[in-house]
Amino acid sequence: MRVLTLAGRRLLASLPTLLIILAGLFLLLQLAPGDTVDALMAQMGGGDPAMMAQLRSFYGLDATVPVQLGRYLLRLLSFNLGYSAIYGKPVATVIAERLPATLLLMVSSLGFAFAGGVALGVVAARRINRWPDTLISTVGLIFYATPSFWLGLMGIVVFAVRLGWLPPGGLEEVGAGHAGARRALDMALHLLLPTATLSLIFLATYLRIMRAAMLEVMGQDFIRTARAKGLSETAVVVRHALRNAMLPMVTLLGLQVGNLLGGSVVVESVFALPGLGRLAYEAVVQRDLNTLLGIVFVSALLVIAANFAVDVLYARLDPRIPGER
Amino acid sequence: MTLTRRGAMRLASGVAGLPFVRRAAAQGGAGPAGIKRGGVLTSHLSGEQRILNPALRASTGVYIITSKIMEGLVDLDASGKPVPVLATGWDAAPDGKTVTFRLRDGVQWHDGKPFTAADVQYSAMELWKKYLNYGTQLQQYLQAVDTPDPHTAVFRYSRPMPEDLLLRALCDLGYIAPHHVFAGTDVLENPANTAPIGTGPFKFVQYERGQYVIADRNPAYWREGFPFVDRIVWRFITDRAAAAAALETGQVQVTCYNGLSLADLDRLKSDLNYVVTTRGSEANAFNNTLEFNHRRKELADVRVRRAIAHAIDVPFFIENFLYGQGKPATGPIPSASTTFFPGSAPPYPFDRKRAIALLDEAGFKPGAGGTRFTLRLVPINNGEDVPLLATFIQQSLQAVGIKVEIVNLDTAGALSAVYRDWNFDLATGWHQYRGDPAVSTSVWYRSGSPKGAPWTNQWGWQSEAVDALTDQAAAELDPAKRRKLYAEWTKLINEELPIWMVTEREFQTAATKRLQNGLNTPRWGSSDWHDAWLAPA
Repeated sequence: MRVLTLAGRRLLASLPTLLIILAGLFLLLQLAPGDTVDALMAQMGGGDPAMMAQLRSFYGLDATVPVQLGRYLLRLLSFNLGYSAIYGKPVATVIAERLPATLLLMVSSLGFAFAGGVALGVVAARRINRWPDTLISTVGLIFYATPSFWLGLMGIVVFAVRLGWLPPGGLEEVGAGHAGARRALDMALHLLLPTATLSLIFLATYLRIMRAAMLEVMGQDFIRTARAKGLSETAVVVRHALRNAMLPMVTLLGLQVGNLLGGSVVVESVFALPGLGRLAYEAVVQRDLNTLLGIVFVSALLVIAANFAVDVLYARLDPRIPGER
Repeated sequence: MTLTRRGAMRLASGVAGLPFVRRAAAQGGAGPAGIKRGGVLTSHLSGEQRILNPALRASTGVYIITSKIMEGLVDLDASGKPVPVLATGWDAAPDGKTVTFRLRDGVQWHDGKPFTAADVQYSAMELWKKYLNYGTQLQQYLQAVDTPDPHTAVFRYSRPMPEDLLLRALCDLGYIAPHHVFAGTDVLENPANTAPIGTGPFKFVQYERGQYVIADRNPAYWREGFPFVDRIVWRFITDRAAAAAALETGQVQVTCYNGLSLADLDRLKSDLNYVVTTRGSEANAFNNTLEFNHRRKELADVRVRRAIAHAIDVPFFIENFLYGQGKPATGPIPSASTTFFPGSAPPYPFDRKRAIALLDEAGFKPGAGGTRFTLRLVPINNGEDVPLLATFIQQSLQAVGIKVEIVNLDTAGALSAVYRDWNFDLATGWHQYRGDPAVSTSVWYRSGSPKGAPWTNQWGWQSEAVDALTDQAAAELDPAKRRKLYAEWTKLINEELPIWMVTEREFQTAATKRLQNGLNTPRWGSSDWHDAWLAPA
C-alpha cells in the first residue's frame, strides 16, 4: 500500500512535466527550418512541387501549428502516439520495434558498469593510496575522458577487423536463422562491444563514487563497533560498509537511466544497432515530429519508472527512509 | 574468371535446357563455366529510405534495394544503351506522339499472377504520372496508355516525346508495379510499398527497420537459370567508419554510391582484397555546385559571378580534399554523358588576378579591412565534401576581398532556406545528373518552377533564350539535333553562369574481389544483379 501511494503521487507529479516537455518540444521543432517533406526530398535527391504538396497534406502538415499541436495532444489523450512520417506505420509500433535493443543495451551496460564500479570502488578504497588504488583510479579517469564513439570504433578495429573475434556491428547475424540458446549467444556476442563501450564511461563514475562512499563509511563508529565485536574484515566490508555505501550509488543509477538513453545514439550508430537513440536522431534529422514526441514520451516514462524503482530500493536499503515522503 | 554480362546471358540461355544445369540451378554448387551458384551477397546502405517502391520514389537509395525485386521496361547495357527487360521491343511513331512497347510473355509476379499490359498502364498513369518524383514532369504530356492486347502498351503523348529521352529516362523512372496489388487502394499507404512484389530475380522476404532487408532467389525468374546467388541482404549502417569495418570483416561484400568515407575509399583502394572504382556508376555523375542568389545586387552582376569562379582553385580542392576523385566541371552537362557532353574546357579557370580585376571593374572596391562585401553561404549537406567545399570557398573568396559567412543548417533546414525562403546569398551542394539533361538538369536553369521546389531554378535568374532552348530540346525528335540544341544551351549558360558547377564526379563503389560480374553496367548499383555471383573466399 505504501508503495502504491508513492507510485500514485510520483505519477501524478510527473504528468504536468510530461505535458510541458511534449508541448515545448513540439514548438521547439517548429523553429527548426524545413519539415519532414523537405527532409524526404533531401533523401530522395529531388522532387516536384505537386508531389510535395500531396505529401504535406498526407502528413497533415498543411494545417497551422496550433491546429497540429491540438490534434497531437488530443490523440495523446487516447494513448495514440500518431503515425510516423518516416516509417509509414503507427509510432507505437515503430517504438515497440526499437525498444528491445535499447533496453537490452541499457540494462546490460548499466548492470556491468554498476557491478564493475562497486567491485573496483571497494578494492580501491580498501587499498587507498597504494598501487591498486592508483591503477584503478587512473584507468577510470582515462575511460571517463575518452569519447565513446572513439572507444567504439577502436574496439571494432581491434577486436573485429584485426583479431576477428567479435562481429563489428548489428544486433545478430542477419538471416542466419538461429533459434533459442544459439540465438541468445549470437546476440550476446554482438552486444559485447557496444555494452563495453557504453559502460566503460559510466564505470568510471560509479567507481569514483563507490570509492568515496566506502572511505566515508569505513571511518564511522559502527564499523569500529563491528570490528570490536571481532567480525572478520570481509564480513565488515560486505555486511556493514557496503550496504551503507550503496545509497549514493543507487541515486546515481536512477539519474543515469536518462543519460543512457541519450548516450546510446552514438553507440547505436557506430554499432548499427536498431535502438531508440538512433531512431530519435533520425526523427530529428527527418523532422518526424510524431516519432520524436513518441520517443520523448516513452523515454520520460522510462526515467520516471526508473526513479520510482530507485525510491523503492532506497526504502529497502535503508529502513530509516519512510515511504510517505 | 569474370564474364561479361552478355556473355553470361548467352552462356546461360545456351545451356539452360540441359538437365545438368537445371539441377545445378536447383541445388546450388557449380554452374556453367565455373560460376559458383548460391551464397548470400550482403550490400551496405548508409541511409534508409522510407519506402521500397521505385515506381513511387526515384532515388538511388530505393533502387539499390528494389531494382533486384522489381523491374522496368528497359535498363542500360554495358555500353550505356537502353536494352529490353520487361519490354521486348518498341516503336515510336514518326510524329513522336506514340510509343508502342511490346511486352515479355510468360513473366510472373512474385505472387504468381501474370504480368500484363495492365500493369504497365497502371504504373504509368497512376504512379509515374501522379506521384513519382521526376516522373510527374517526364510524363506530364502523357495522355493515355492503350492496351490493345495483354502484351502491348501504347503510350500516347500530347506533345512529341523523343524516343531516346523516354528510353533513357525509363531506366530510372520506369519501374512497373503490380496493378492487381495497387488498383483501388490508397497508393501511398499500400503495404506493398514496404514489402514489394515484383517480377525481378529476387523475391522480397523481410524488412527489419533500422537493420536489414532480405530478398531470396526467385526460382521462377524469366531469365532461366538466373540469378546465381541465393539471397541478397542489405544492411543499414549509418556510421561510415563502422561500414568500412563491416566490409573489412566480410560482413558486407559491396557498398555503392560513396557508402564509405572518402578517406576509407582511398585507403581500401590500395588493399588487394577490394575493388574501389567509379566503374558501374557512369550513369550517375554528380557535381559540386555553387548557387548564386541573383536577388543580391552584387551577384546579379555576371562579372562578380565569373570573378567568384575565377577565385576558386578547383584542381587544388579536388587533389587535396576529394583524394583526387573528380575533375573541374565544364558546364551543366558532365563529360560522363557521352550523348550530350558538348566538350569544352572549364570556362572560368583559377586566376586570382583576373578575379580581382573583374570585381574592381564591376565597381565593388575593397572597403575597410580589404572587404568588398559580405555573403552568406548555405551548405546543403548531400555529402561529407560539402562542408569542406564551403570552407574552401570561404577562404578562397577572402583572398579576393569577399567575406563569406557560413550558415550551418541540417539538410532539411538548408533546403527550405534556399529553395523555399530564398534566404541565402550563396549555396553549395550536389547536382545529380540522370542521363539526360531534360530529366534532371534543365530544371536548374529553366524559369517557372514554383517557389519551394528543391533543386530547381530558384535563383532569381531568368533567360528567355535558355527557356526557349530547354523547351525545344525536350520535344526534339532527332537525336543529332537534340545534341546540338544542348550544346547551344550549354554555351549560353556558361556565358551567363547563373549557377556554377564546380566539380564533376562519379560515385565510387567498394566491393570485395570475390564479387563476380559486378560493376558491369553503368548503373550497376541500381541494376538487377541477376548475373552477379560470389567466388569462394
